[in-house]
Amino acid sequence: MVERSKVMKNFWRGGELFVWMSASGVAFSLLMVAGMLALIMINGLGQFWPGALQETTLKTQETVIGQVVGEEVIPNSVTPDSPAGQRRFRYRVGNRDVFGAEYRWINAADIVSNARPEDLTVVERREWGPAFGRISVGVEGAAAGSASGSSWTTVKNLVERANQLRRRIEHLEREEIGSINYRIEKARLARHALTLSGQLSPGDTEKAGILLDQIAVLERDYLAKTEALERLHKEAGQEVLFLTLSTGRSVRLSLDQVLAVSRPNGMNWFEKLWAYAHNLWLFVSSEPREANTEGGIFPAIFGTVLMVFLMTLAVMPFGVMAAVYLREYATQGSLVRLVRIAVNNLAGVPSIVFGVFGLAFFVYALGGTIDQWLFPEALPNPTFGTGGILWASLTLALLTVPVVIVATEEGLSAVPRDFREGSLGLGATKFETLRHVILPCALPGILTGLILAMARAAGEVAPLMLTGVVKLAPALPLDEYLPFLHLDRKFMHLGFHIYDVGFQSPNVEAAKPMVYMTTLILILVVVSLNWAAVRLRNRLRRRFTASAL
Amino acid sequence: MDIQTHSLSPTAPALSLRPAISQPRLTRPHDAPGTSVDAKVLVRHLDFYYGQRQALFRVSLTVRTHSVTSFIGPSGCGKSTLLRCLNRMNDLVEGARAVGRVELDGADIYDPAIDVTDLRKRVGMVFQKSNPFPKSIYDNVAYGPRLHGTKDKRSLDELVQHSLQGAGLWDEVKDRLMQSALGLSGGQQQRLCIARALAVQPDVILMDEPCSALDPIATGKIEELIYTLKDTYTVVIVTHNMQQAARVSDQCGFFLMGELVEFGDTKTIFTTPHDKRTEDYITGRFG
Repeated sequence: MVERSKVMKNFWRGGELFVWMSASGVAFSLLMVAGMLALIMINGLGQFWPGALQETTLKTQETVIGQVVGEEVIPNSVTPDSPAGQRRFRYRVGNRDVFGAEYRWINAADIVSNARPEDLTVVERREWGPAFGRISVGVEGAAAGSASGSSWTTVKNLVERANQLRRRIEHLEREEIGSINYRIEKARLARHALTLSGQLSPGDTEKAGILLDQIAVLERDYLAKTEALERLHKEAGQEVLFLTLSTGRSVRLSLDQVLAVSRPNGMNWFEKLWAYAHNLWLFVSSEPREANTEGGIFPAIFGTVLMVFLMTLAVMPFGVMAAVYLREYATQGSLVRLVRIAVNNLAGVPSIVFGVFGLAFFVYALGGTIDQWLFPEALPNPTFGTGGILWASLTLALLTVPVVIVATEEGLSAVPRDFREGSLGLGATKFETLRHVILPCALPGILTGLILAMARAAGEVAPLMLTGVVKLAPALPLDEYLPFLHLDRKFMHLGFHIYDVGFQSPNVEAAKPMVYMTTLILILVVVSLNWAAVRLRNRLRRRFTASAL
Repeated sequence: MDIQTHSLSPTAPALSLRPAISQPRLTRPHDAPGTSVDAKVLVRHLDFYYGQRQALFRVSLTVRTHSVTSFIGPSGCGKSTLLRCLNRMNDLVEGARAVGRVELDGADIYDPAIDVTDLRKRVGMVFQKSNPFPKSIYDNVAYGPRLHGTKDKRSLDELVQHSLQGAGLWDEVKDRLMQSALGLSGGQQQRLCIARALAVQPDVILMDEPCSALDPIATGKIEELIYTLKDTYTVVIVTHNMQQAARVSDQCGFFLMGELVEFGDTKTIFTTPHDKRTEDYITGRFG
């Protein structure tokens, strides 16, 4: 008994329990992070795998073609007769335009037979999601049955040709006609700006005339380009595709609607892997279609990264200078203490409050004024007086400036007093000491602040919704027209994209993997931005603390 | 940083210290006792306060040109405070205040018209803890000259080599000038700090217990260096080590509780001290 109580006493005194508790705290956190990542990856990464197409015959003689995406025990089906219950499968049957719904439940009891014929084809379309069925080639106007050369190679070649043509058309529309439209608009605005003052001086009249001529020339160009576009459209040829659905009905597919065709049942493992990589690449590199539920998320990735960079450019100088003043120059008294408390509290203000401030101050007050002074010719269309990437970045800079200030102050106070005295003792002024010795030594601390600020900014959505993020941006904020970086443009953002695709899209069920994938990409973007900053910081830290041996 | 200065002899002209090197040295006879023509630094009736606490009590002494002067005394006796008064490093301490007069070449260094950076350029300092900047060896030495306007690469190179030679470090580091100074040993770092101070071409070098963190061999090298430095510079050194004071210095001051108890030739102080307290201290009866 004495022995036992001694053991217990030692147990309590030694803090064994405390060690276990703190260790389990770490383990629990790690588990949650790993679990979250696993959930996102399992749900997201699966969607690019070319899943097998199953042709199922039902008791009602009906045939169903689709991908089996889920399986469950029918609720309330567990009876004393069948303790295991009845099972049912969830099929993605596609062809939303014909069937009305993309998914369908099929009871296991109703299934007569399953097969995976190789000639089942997945057709990715520009609209209405995927279609499943048997494909054949026909001629425009001819009946569905009169398919000529319906071999798989012919189909693939046709689709490839159609895709090439579409790329050419897109190039013509976007780049060439887009550029002409852009220049016409600029010339129109320039002319409008001249007439804005009321009376034209002779010089102005001349300029306006030149501009008018320019517009006329551009409009002729425009007409020529549209004719070229017409010709391209005619090149499309007479062929169309016919898709025989599971119901036996044949549907006409115009080639310009078809993005890709594939036969997953006939693919070997390597081909599937290749298709997977290709799909993944398309996802990160292309633009969204179908109300964001299909296609890629490139504009959102681009917008997120650019916004974070602009935010960094804005927040770093301000935050660092404020911290330098607070720590190095200001007399340390109650006022400075008050400012410091205020700065710390600023970090805790809900982000939507910053969003409202950004909208009221940056967008309406600042942007509206800029429009009146610099872009009166475009009014009543706002240029800067509406949400844009600049205002969103500045709002986020405001949101993250406390983080930078606090981290920089800590970095500055960590610089040894010896360095200051050494520098001042050599006849350096306070400013020279700060510039040549203290700031370089505090750089790792400053970069820590930057890392925290970037992590916070990249994940913030609420303030962006008020200050410039949109569901679908017509153009990237960076392009080949002067001044290249268009700070007034609206942009897409991964965080907002997740919300939009997941909760605002017409086809929520099909968009679910997109949500997970977008989440995964957002995490990757944040992690890689941070990783880059951490590496930079570690390099600097090594330089400043090379151990003396 | 508010140092209130009360000049005890307000008639003395406020001399600018600029330009430091090219100007002929201004030495003039002074009526205070113990002053000779070759006085470099003159301290007269200096009281020093950290806020309310008085750290120095009416200290007066004269540092001769091209000599080594040492300050000894127990911890907290004010010897470092006095040293830091000589280049106004105490300005950095909040609430510090000096009353009295400190002259460098006859000019009051607490005169408001004095440019502190010019003063510190003329009165270099080596600290207790070696504090090379986290830069290369070359950049450490070139730091001061660059600030003071030496841009030319050739003259910088010469100055760096000259200073490192002056600090007896050249042969050890000439092959790795571009490597980090933090990779040097403790003794080398301290000599680098001396070289860094030499590079701005000061008149006076203040050393605040430069060997307290070093092993005996490194200490020996620094002491040799101090001995050679006095040919060119005036050296003031604070030390805890009485043997060191006896070995390197020409003049010695013994401080106790903010008072300068005795000041004179080192030989006299160590052999025939006038004051009982000095004798007690150097014979090891306390301290």
